[in-house]
Amino acid sequence: MIMKKTNVLKGIATAPGITIAKAFLYRKEIESISSEEINDIAEAQISLKEAIEKSKKELGKIFELAVKKLGEKRAAIFEAQMMILEDNILIDTLLNRIDKEKKAPEYIVHDEITKYQNLMNASTEFYMKERSQDIEDIKNRIIRNLKNKKWKSKIDNDVIVVSENVTPADTVLFTRANVKGYITNFGGITSHAAILARSLRIPAVLGVHEATAKIEDNDLIILDGYHGEIIINPTEKQVEYYQDKIERLATFDTELLTLRDEPAVTIDGQKYIIQANLDVNEEIEFVIQNGAHGIGLVRTEQLYNVLENFPDEETQFKEYCDLANKLYPHSVTIRAFDIGGDKVLPLDLKEPNPMLGWRGIRFLLDHQNLFKTQIKAILRASVNQNVKFMIPMVSSIAEVNKTKMLIDECKKELEEKGLKFNPNMEFGIMIEVPSAALMIRDFGKCVSFFSVGTNDLIQYLLAVDRGNEIVSSSYQEFHPAVIRALEFMVHEAKITNTPMNICGEMAADHYAVPIIIGLGFHALSVNASEIPYIKKIINNLSFKECRVLVKECLKLTTEDEIKSRILKFYKERFTEFVDKIFENNNR
Amino acid sequence: MIEKNVKIINNAGLHTRPAATIVKIAAKYKSDFYINKDGLSINGKSIIGVMTLAAAKGSDLVLTFEGEDEHEIAEDILSYFNRGFDEL
Repeated sequence: MIMKKTNVLKGIATAPGITIAKAFLYRKEIESISSEEINDIAEAQISLKEAIEKSKKELGKIFELAVKKLGEKRAAIFEAQMMILEDNILIDTLLNRIDKEKKAPEYIVHDEITKYQNLMNASTEFYMKERSQDIEDIKNRIIRNLKNKKWKSKIDNDVIVVSENVTPADTVLFTRANVKGYITNFGGITSHAAILARSLRIPAVLGVHEATAKIEDNDLIILDGYHGEIIINPTEKQVEYYQDKIERLATFDTELLTLRDEPAVTIDGQKYIIQANLDVNEEIEFVIQNGAHGIGLVRTEQLYNVLENFPDEETQFKEYCDLANKLYPHSVTIRAFDIGGDKVLPLDLKEPNPMLGWRGIRFLLDHQNLFKTQIKAILRASVNQNVKFMIPMVSSIAEVNKTKMLIDECKKELEEKGLKFNPNMEFGIMIEVPSAALMIRDFGKCVSFFSVGTNDLIQYLLAVDRGNEIVSSSYQEFHPAVIRALEFMVHEAKITNTPMNICGEMAADHYAVPIIIGLGFHALSVNASEIPYIKKIINNLSFKECRVLVKECLKLTTEDEIKSRILKFYKERFTEFVDKIFENNNR
Repeated sequence: MIEKNVKIINNAGLHTRPAATIVKIAAKYKSDFYINKDGLSINGKSIIGVMTLAAAKGSDLVLTFEGEDEHEIAEDILSYFNRGFDEL
């Protein structure tokens, strides 16, 4: 091993890519606020006014940049913050309190705004806690400016940002400074920062517990977003090794892009559909550029995430139409809002076990108005026949039946309004709960397709919370039970001839490709940046050999055995590019 | 003083956008304007206050207006509530 283990930290591989750059510690903690009495009231009031003006200017810049980078709707989060800075009732209250109580302005700002936050936090409405977070942002900004503390909003260019966690506002700010990578103490692959990092193609390793404690400003850092590793102050050898790797990856990437318009076909003539997973609409150009055969999974909860509340039918209709038109004639599979679990903030944050709680289809069926609004928007976008609809977290037939009833109601309502839609829009379900996996042959009679979400399936099959860094090593994609379950599922789906694709992280794992092919999947949906790699691998595989490999793996009893069997398989077959593929692999 | 009962009728409830619009409308008038919900009285001219109201569809609110142009502001604000914040 080239790596000297002492300077290596492990985290969650969140956004792919390798970067070598200087560290920039982004500190946001607020220093203690004194409640001591002040002498000069007038001066305190002036400082408050100045701090508010300064905050407005800062926020204005962020807002402008947000509109440019994220579009107007997503930037709306910042507009509300802006209005708070212009709230004269609030400002008058603050000024009066300084006068009456003779306390420092930062104390008054903190005390007054926290009152509102406490009200918001006490609410049972699920979006109110997020709103409270936005207000926290504004409060801290004013206090920071009051303390006249040089807040490092001007980040140096070309650095790797190291932070406890990252808010939406931070992320936008970072893109301006041409940030080369992110490292955070907290957060996982589905956090806001993670999604933005991926869509902006900035390598990121999140969930590195000791990052801010062990890294100092200007430390040289190697960030490996494929393996979820960071190296602090690397040796010359380590730098050389990674620089070489970056160069080779770049050459390989250019090579792979030539595959864009090529089909994915095995040596023995089996054809595969490689689609993209879409997190934010901004990724769409990249998806097309990488030669995706459509979109296998649109994660619509992102619309909710950035708009703060559920978008209305027209807004959704426009978003979905835009996707459908841009991808035409390829298909776009839209998944209903997957709220709850680790996705977005659920209504009740205090669920003792959110992963087993109110999420996915359970949440949607309890909010039928919201669900129907989305169904109608998707139906309307399906008018050119290339939109499919699916629901997450299904665990029983009853959920499918209820959803189908709602779809019928929606169709009737659209007809009454004279709005067009595809009456035969395909409806499918995600298979990610073991109970659904066991009942595939029955589900096959009531849906038109299946999409296997491996992330959740593995977590529920192995009883491992994938977001929990403490047990993340027990989350094993190649656990023998996972391979056996998938084999069973493909077999069961064939009984009713229901197409089944695979859309979890596993589909994008280069190690897993021969397994997925050998299991008999014909469609994969992966992060757009992985498409050329997956194509390249498939074009060098033979289905028959993959099938043999799977049969052997089905007899093995540990993940290690399965992994070494796959590695052996690769080494025997493609000596010429196996190194490139596996350098690039995160397992 | 004018006192009126209103119900939230749009699906999304009193979210950020309508909150902002309410404050903008209220700013055009001189009268005081308060929104009362579940024993909480909020100044309708303060965005941070209005944002604090978690008013979902079906919530009942009591609006009070007091001042020289109380009739005009009441009409303007009520009309916006009754239009379901232009989201129907």
